[in-house]
Amino acid sequence: MDNKLIIGIIAAIVVIAAAVLIFNTGGSTSGKIDIVGSTSVQPVAEKLMEKYQESHPDVKINVQGGGSGVGIKSAQDGTADIGTSSKDLKDDEKQGLTEHVLGQDGIVIAVNKENTAKDLTKDQLKDIFSGKITNWKEVGGKDAPINIITREEGSGTLDAFISIVMGKDTEIKSDAIVQSSTEAVKQSVKQDPNAIGFVSYAAMSDDVKALSIGGVPPSEATIADGTYELQRPFIFLVKGEPTGAVKDFIDWVMGPEGTKILEEEKIVKSNK
Amino acid sequence: MDKNRINEFLIEKGLFITAIFSIMVIFVIILFILMEGLPAFEEYGFFNFLFGLAWSPNHGEYGVFAMIIGSLCVTLLSLLMAVPLSLLCAIFMAEVAPNNIRKILKPVVETLSGIPSVVYGFFGLIVLVPFLRESFGGTGFSMFAASLILTVMVLPTIISISQDSLRAVPHEYREASFGLGATNWQTIKNIVFPAALPGIVTAIILGMGRAIGETLAVIMVVGNVVQIPSSIFDPVRTLTANIAIEMGYATGLHYNALFGTAIVLFLIIMILLLVANYIRYKYKVDIGGGYL
Repeated sequence: MDNKLIIGIIAAIVVIAAAVLIFNTGGSTSGKIDIVGSTSVQPVAEKLMEKYQESHPDVKINVQGGGSGVGIKSAQDGTADIGTSSKDLKDDEKQGLTEHVLGQDGIVIAVNKENTAKDLTKDQLKDIFSGKITNWKEVGGKDAPINIITREEGSGTLDAFISIVMGKDTEIKSDAIVQSSTEAVKQSVKQDPNAIGFVSYAAMSDDVKALSIGGVPPSEATIADGTYELQRPFIFLVKGEPTGAVKDFIDWVMGPEGTKILEEEKIVKSNK
Repeated sequence: MDKNRINEFLIEKGLFITAIFSIMVIFVIILFILMEGLPAFEEYGFFNFLFGLAWSPNHGEYGVFAMIIGSLCVTLLSLLMAVPLSLLCAIFMAEVAPNNIRKILKPVVETLSGIPSVVYGFFGLIVLVPFLRESFGGTGFSMFAASLILTVMVLPTIISISQDSLRAVPHEYREASFGLGATNWQTIKNIVFPAALPGIVTAIILGMGRAIGETLAVIMVVGNVVQIPSSIFDPVRTLTANIAIEMGYATGLHYNALFGTAIVLFLIIMILLLVANYIRYKYKVDIGGGYL
């Protein structure tokens, strides 16, 4: 009895292992696309991949993070089929790369709904996050300290915020509270009337208040026409002209189905 | 006959394999962490890494000292609150409480350990942090908030294990003590508690392990600022939080440095375990039927 059971278990394991092996080799026969780069583009690329694979089950797509720098580099040296970037490329980075801009993503400055401040300039924002302005009354709010909430190093949203608002030589205050996700930033802002944080436009919701920047509130229209300043592009980079499975995927992304998903993800097409 | 021998052999070896499985897993994990983490020590220098005050991967600075302090402070502060609370609770449950109250208390305490840590963290973020901000000022994200959450999280571990060891003290001890005219409290204080001490130390070690290793709930309430705290209401970053927060993006030396952080955490836990085991060994009670 016992021996039979053991033999049965071993047989089952062998069968399962064989099945796994066969499946693995069978799946990767036609088309494999590596997408590497910006951690901000990553979730969008994953969404696109999911939908794409529903209609193209034979194409295997692998989406990885690493940052815009890694995306540009791996597109150039060919380690990835598609590199992704959430910032504009410098001229010397563009060499031989074809850019496919998915759209613009806005960075929204979120404060508590009770906060009376409505509008900040980019410079005020910079001063707040660097610790020069520490009280809300200096920027049109009530007399209360400003509690800054930032993101962890490596976050694409933090990268974008630093490059758009802080610039190269100004640091975010070192004792700012660090939260590790967009949702955690929103919750922190929601529970603290004096908090300020930044989130991606796609993640914005009604439970926190979005500040206008230089008099322009964030919306699809202001991001599209470029008047809302805190925005960045989401770009797919391909070395040379895309071919084969990669071309098919990019055409699909740029086509009506891809556009629909991008709209759902609140990636705004620029009409500048 | 022969069949029985084969059976016996298979079962013996099977049990042996399952027994060494956890040891193998630990070795594989240690090996992996060392392989990934050692390059960081080589490139950045072990002591620079261990005693460096600045953690700023974007500027190539990888000092974890502030986080070591953060982890230790959060853990010790929570144990400071959890140990007396849970020991008194365990004594009540094991020695004082009538059976029907114990029947209610035990499952309730066990439920506490079944709550997922993200729920504790979310509760802390929504309820505790605003409360601390209004009562003590600052942002509310603080070492103290994390310690309070951890206190609740380690309570069930310490309570249930120390309760078991209290109840495992042979009944003859109590009867002898009562026979000498001691009161219930005198018996607990002078006989039962000392006899159960090794088990209680084990309970505290396991609680400490849970506290120092807890990540998710801590990340949500501790503020994650890399600094050496000057009061318990300052935000800090723990070693575990550092790994969990940044692992998603890390590449190159940064990635290795996060594994280096794991090595440091590992060393700290080893040292604490050694100290605790020494204490347990030193205070073991060795009367009659072996020590408890």
